[in-house]
Amino acid sequence: MTDVIKEDQVLDCSGMLCPLPVVKTSKAMKELQSGQILKMIATDPGAPPDMEAWSRQTGNEMLRSMTEDGKFVFFLRKK
Amino acid sequence: MSKSDPNAPKRLALIASKGTLDWAYPPSILASAAAAMEWEVGIFFTFYGLTLLKPQLTATVSPLGNPAMPMKMPFGPEGFQNINWPMPNILMANVPGFESVATTLMKQTFHNKGVATVEELRDMCVEMDVRMIGCQMTMDVFGFKREDFIKECEIGGAATFLEYAADADVQLFI
Repeated sequence: MTDVIKEDQVLDCSGMLCPLPVVKTSKAMKELQSGQILKMIATDPGAPPDMEAWSRQTGNEMLRSMTEDGKFVFFLRKK
Repeated sequence: MSKSDPNAPKRLALIASKGTLDWAYPPSILASAAAAMEWEVGIFFTFYGLTLLKPQLTATVSPLGNPAMPMKMPFGPEGFQNINWPMPNILMANVPGFESVATTLMKQTFHNKGVATVEELRDMCVEMDVRMIGCQMTMDVFGFKREDFIKECEIGGAATFLEYAADADVQLFI
């Protein structure tokens, strides 16, 4: 059992394809304060590698990347 | 900012040279994704790509001359949607309205799959401060005026783009 991460904001990108998940995530992240956590949900099979790349490029840490109910779920902490 | 500054963000410099619907996507997608990754992004719209700076986009796509383009239906059962319809050149070249049918099919399929429209991607690029440069020479050649294009773009020539691209980490001609 992994620790539960408490998010400050949820962004649902279900049904969206590239590049919308990264663009919407970037936009949502701008609304958060440093240290706050965004939970992003996506169904795009390209999202897991793309979100990892987005995290590395922007410096916003990927706390967890997982699959839940057939969807991809990411927890990202604003730098 | 120049490359001599170690804290400068990465930079993407694109040339968008084609104005059809299918070719409007790659620069729009790459530019918006790079801007979302906090890169600096500039696009030089030249030749047919210049029309992508018009306020109302009228980009179309034709399977004629695009032999690898899948012709698929955006509706019906999955098995039907997955059929790749063979389109002989004689049909594509001679049936009036074929291009508008192909354009409608592509737009509907993209919409069904969750792909943003080119207009939406451009709006996102504008919002994320992507630098858009319309080619002055193309304007002169094809008879366009500054007012024909969105106010967010600037007008420049090869030297303007090259100076920007010289400090870019990624440069692509599309």
